[in-house]
Amino acid sequence: MSDQKTLGPEHLQYPERRYGMDHNHYDWKMLTEREPVHWRQGKLALWVNVSLQFFPLNQRGVPFPPPGGMTMPYPDLRHYSLRDYGNRVGIYRILKALDKYSVTPSFAINGELAQRTPHLMHLLRERGDEVIAHGWNMDAPHYGGQPLDTEKELVSRTLDTLREISGQPIAGWLSPGKVHSENTPSLLAGQGVEYFCDWVNDDMPYRFRTGNGDLWSMPLSTELEDQFILRNNLHSETSYAEQVEDACRFLLGEAQTQGGRILALNIHPWMLGQPHRIRYLERVLEFITAQPEVFSASAGTLLKQCQQHIAEPA
Amino acid sequence: MRSDPGFYDYWPYHERPRVTWPNGAKIAFWVAPNIEFYELNPPANPHRKAWPQPSPAVPGYSIRDYGNRVGHMRQMALLDKYGIRGSISLSTALCEHHPEIVELCDERNWEFFSHGIYNTRYTYGMSTEQERDMIRDSMETIYRHTGQKCAGYLAPALSHSEETLDLFAEVGTELFGNEGGFYTCDLFHDDQPTPINLRSGKRFVSVPYSLEMNDTIAYVVNKVEPRRYGQILKENFDRLYEEGAESGTVMCIPTHNYQVSCPHRMRAFEEALEYITGHSDVWITTGREIAEYYLAHFYDSARADIQAKSSSAKQEMARP
Repeated sequence: MSDQKTLGPEHLQYPERRYGMDHNHYDWKMLTEREPVHWRQGKLALWVNVSLQFFPLNQRGVPFPPPGGMTMPYPDLRHYSLRDYGNRVGIYRILKALDKYSVTPSFAINGELAQRTPHLMHLLRERGDEVIAHGWNMDAPHYGGQPLDTEKELVSRTLDTLREISGQPIAGWLSPGKVHSENTPSLLAGQGVEYFCDWVNDDMPYRFRTGNGDLWSMPLSTELEDQFILRNNLHSETSYAEQVEDACRFLLGEAQTQGGRILALNIHPWMLGQPHRIRYLERVLEFITAQPEVFSASAGTLLKQCQQHIAEPA
Repeated sequence: MRSDPGFYDYWPYHERPRVTWPNGAKIAFWVAPNIEFYELNPPANPHRKAWPQPSPAVPGYSIRDYGNRVGHMRQMALLDKYGIRGSISLSTALCEHHPEIVELCDERNWEFFSHGIYNTRYTYGMSTEQERDMIRDSMETIYRHTGQKCAGYLAPALSHSEETLDLFAEVGTELFGNEGGFYTCDLFHDDQPTPINLRSGKRFVSVPYSLEMNDTIAYVVNKVEPRRYGQILKENFDRLYEEGAESGTVMCIPTHNYQVSCPHRMRAFEEALEYITGHSDVWITTGREIAEYYLAHFYDSARADIQAKSSSAKQEMARP
């Protein structure tokens, strides 16, 4: 006790101790208290987002390394090439599986990856699936304390590049590593972004104030991500499939008595695109798409329906 | 610093005076939902970081908010379904931030016990006075919002000082006499309640709360698969139920709405609750009721037995 530095008085002061949240981005309201959303096509929306990522070999990791990034001394060829595998090989397996079960995905793409893979981008342009901006690359994090000008340039470069290459207006944003700075939401709102997918505090969309116009927060679960379950938690592929199926059953049940729900699966071609894992993606897609009242849609489509239900900030 | 916190004497699990629970139950079963508030931007404690990233730490903050915005109603519905009243380990600032949750639990006659003010304010580095003030604030806040005289304590984020249990018991007496501040969830040394030695000599017990059954420890620290967590809960119950035939045991499931209430984990939790509450000799109860029952019926015989065994152990050691 005596060798511990005594805390200053601010540690017993609570300036934000009041009704609601301790910040102003959104109002406090439980999911069950909000206006239910009724999807036109069913009860449960399956939103599959495929994250297409570039992990630079010369990773700086400042102020933190990206999940799935380099861990060995330079040059960490094992992780660089294993992540690259996803964009060369894994993605084509994943596309095949999605098409087999008629699932409409979105693709969250790093701006730099779009520049580096014209063939893949050409294919995605032909498919016409929704593209979400996923930052510049996995080693270009948005973080608290980042200089505003630096971040502003990063956001513009990412959006300009992806808008040009995809030919889409790009309404969605997913920060690398799902971390952002105090300025990110207002920068995004200022550059025509309508929704972002960084906050994992809900199972349904809600309005997020930025001080520069509102964004929508789209729920893209981290806990149910392939890389979180398989790489971070080291669970088996069988368990990944069980977890997704259990989530599907549960949300479908909840949607029977409450409003519509979204089952959001963020997947990575460098993870599920491996030969020994792809069949578990096929298994879950087969299971989910066989359920009555499940339909597949991308984030932008779902958001449009929500916006008609939820006029006021949630 | 001490090599032993001094809260209890060695007291072997076998040959203790027999504990029996109400209606001949073999096991006292309680569920302790931690209902917490984490701050987006807390003052930095020099001894422990609240978040891995510079503020805003979106990943950690937002999943914990999920617990309150989405998870709470799910777990509450499940506990209602199986006739379980929660014993809430409460970040007491939640009374101000989210009074709706507190009211819903209060209507159900759930117990509230103190888990500090915020789970982003650590005890490390607090002076005795600061810690006493923080504890008093938390107990007064519970009383003001629910009328309950807080009986139990689980230090915020399990951050302690050497004086934590003494201070909690003393503030409890100051505010509520013997009706407040008489049990702790901070110690993991036993499967039955045990008397705790405090400087005030207050009648005070440790109620088994279990780190091993804690969903956050299981899911985040030990990274277990959801269905295995369900299996662990059932197996923990099976053994304690069996042993409870000889002398009553306690099983606790400490939960967090941002872990156990995620859609992919609800099924495993529900199966375990269905299994446990499907047995006949289970006393489904709360932390406070376990502590009160133990204090009224077994505390004195336990003290006497501990003293007898400790002195015979000392004689044994003194023998040449």
